[in-house]
Amino acid sequence: MESLTFRHTTQKALPGAKAQAITGVVASGNLEVLLERALPASECTVEIETPIRGYGEVWAAVVADFVARAQPGGLRITVNDGGARPDTVSLRLLQGARLMEV
Amino acid sequence: MGERIIDPATEGWAASWYEASARARLDGLLDAGSFREVIGPEQRRMSPHLPLFDLPRAFDDGMIVGSGRLDGKPVLVAAQEGRFMGGAFGEVHGAKLVGLLRAALALKPDAVLILFDTGGVRLQEANAGETAIAEVMRAITQVRAAGVPVIGLIGGRAGAYGGGGLIAGTCSRLVVSEGGRISVSGPEVIETNRGAEEFDSRDRALVWRTMGGKHRRLTGGADAYADDTVRAFRQAALDAIARAPAFDLATLEAEQKRLEERLARFGDCRDATEIWGRLGVNDPAAVPALTTAEFDALLAGLGETTHDAR
Amino acid sequence: MTRAKTTLSEILSSLFPEGHAVTVTNGLVSGEGPFRGGRLAVIGIDGDVPLGVEGACRLAADVLDVVRRGNRTPILVAIDSDSQRMSRRDELLGLNEYLAHLAKTLLLADAQGHPTVGLIYGHSAAGAFIATALATRILVGLPGANPSVMDLPSVARVTKLPLERLEAMAKDMPVFAPGLDNMVRTGAVQAVLDPARPLAEQIAAVIDALPAEDTRDRAGRERGGRPVAEAIAAQVVRDASLG
Repeated sequence: MESLTFRHTTQKALPGAKAQAITGVVASGNLEVLLERALPASECTVEIETPIRGYGEVWAAVVADFVARAQPGGLRITVNDGGARPDTVSLRLLQGARLMEV
Repeated sequence: MGERIIDPATEGWAASWYEASARARLDGLLDAGSFREVIGPEQRRMSPHLPLFDLPRAFDDGMIVGSGRLDGKPVLVAAQEGRFMGGAFGEVHGAKLVGLLRAALALKPDAVLILFDTGGVRLQEANAGETAIAEVMRAITQVRAAGVPVIGLIGGRAGAYGGGGLIAGTCSRLVVSEGGRISVSGPEVIETNRGAEEFDSRDRALVWRTMGGKHRRLTGGADAYADDTVRAFRQAALDAIARAPAFDLATLEAEQKRLEERLARFGDCRDATEIWGRLGVNDPAAVPALTTAEFDALLAGLGETTHDAR
Repeated sequence: MTRAKTTLSEILSSLFPEGHAVTVTNGLVSGEGPFRGGRLAVIGIDGDVPLGVEGACRLAADVLDVVRRGNRTPILVAIDSDSQRMSRRDELLGLNEYLAHLAKTLLLADAQGHPTVGLIYGHSAAGAFIATALATRILVGLPGANPSVMDLPSVARVTKLPLERLEAMAKDMPVFAPGLDNMVRTGAVQAVLDPARPLAEQIAAVIDALPAEDTRDRAGRERGGRPVAEAIAAQVVRDASLG
């Protein structure tokens, strides 16, 4: 297993008041994303556990793109990866952020 | 316990039970907004063993437990996620169900609902999983003896195999859908051990008519047959709670008689269609294609498949 | 470490020095013998035989006979079996119901005051193990017994991990490795008896010390084979409430 952690500064807090949400399932080619409103409004962390080693740069790019698009300020995001493709990861992260905005 | 956590895949009552995630099933099964999870994913009580096998973990270890209401009645619920490790019983997964059943002894809910979706024991945690299954079966009989029905709902992609099949056989009532398979040895296991002549696991029609929901319902292995929708399972669960058998000597003597009669009557059958024919089904070959309404009509004419001997 | 296993006839002689009426038919063990001024009922499986629908039905009938006669007669479940019988016919006939029924009869006997003790003296696996020895109040073993969920070559095939690696992992991971010691550390097997001492007094001592509730998860924590199960179950009991 490989563990990755990314810390980002955001321009604003993610809207909404939901404390936490989960989306997805740990299965082959899929992943689960747990989101918790646990950080100061201008911070976001994404912690990933993945069985596929050596894709740190791809994860970094996908996470950076997500942070730029969603501005998930205040969120601690934790990912259990089952070997998902980058587009699936993007989709799930955005899905999770939308759940938190409810 | 915090805020309720849901899965966005929930599409309401018409959603397919087979396709839905465990969280979506719970969300649609229970009264809206009533589910309260115990040891939620935010607690990260994950398997301590899977990383040693280089395998990913799930926040809930594939077992979601908690309480909720079903048409206003207080119930305890457990749901297995069949897509994570085949819904198999590992240490944390099993212990959450054991704890829920022990909680039922103290809380006396109107029922405990178990949403099965499992291939059996998780081999990476085999001894823990197998022991947990034994603990679950013991606890189920104690809960039943205390007057609380334990209802199994089976319609997930992983079915109820291995020890999951034994736990199912310990419940007060079982609800199955077409896709809900109940069995001890799965098709692949039989084929691996005995060869494709004994069981061709790629023959899906054979799998369905040997282990599937219609066969189990016809032979009395399950008590109700439901459409593959969350709405249908909700209604069937409500009906099941209302008429659950006791756990006592009379019930087990009746089950002994029922199982002995099945051996005497069908022990020489090679295929499910022969059994259905002897049960009085006029056109056994047509059974797999029957709609739920047609199948229910067929069942109504075969009174003996409905019983309290479980 | 590898010790010859104790045979069923050795077990029965040691349990019933004055003789007994326990018979074995097609691997199914059934009968009783004099024990502490009363009787000890014995059911079981001998000779590494798989448990199918007929066998489970027969053994369940024997257990129900004991329950019907009452007197709180203790029941010993002696096991040297294969796994459940793997066949199309057994599954067609609903093997899960037969195995669950057998387990339920043992659990009912227990609930009605019959002490139930499992004795694993040979092999057992999977559904056959769950339906018999694991459905007793307490399970003990004899040296040389070899319970397992699945042998390592089969585990290697299913998990797609190299057998050599699994063998290395098995040395210090009791949670998945086959064998009696690992089932002891998981808490499933409470103790290993001494085949050199009379079994009658050892089984009597086990019956006198029956735990009031299911203590397998506590043993698993204390022995390190199941580090978290007890705490998880206890937390669910603590946190659950009816909304």
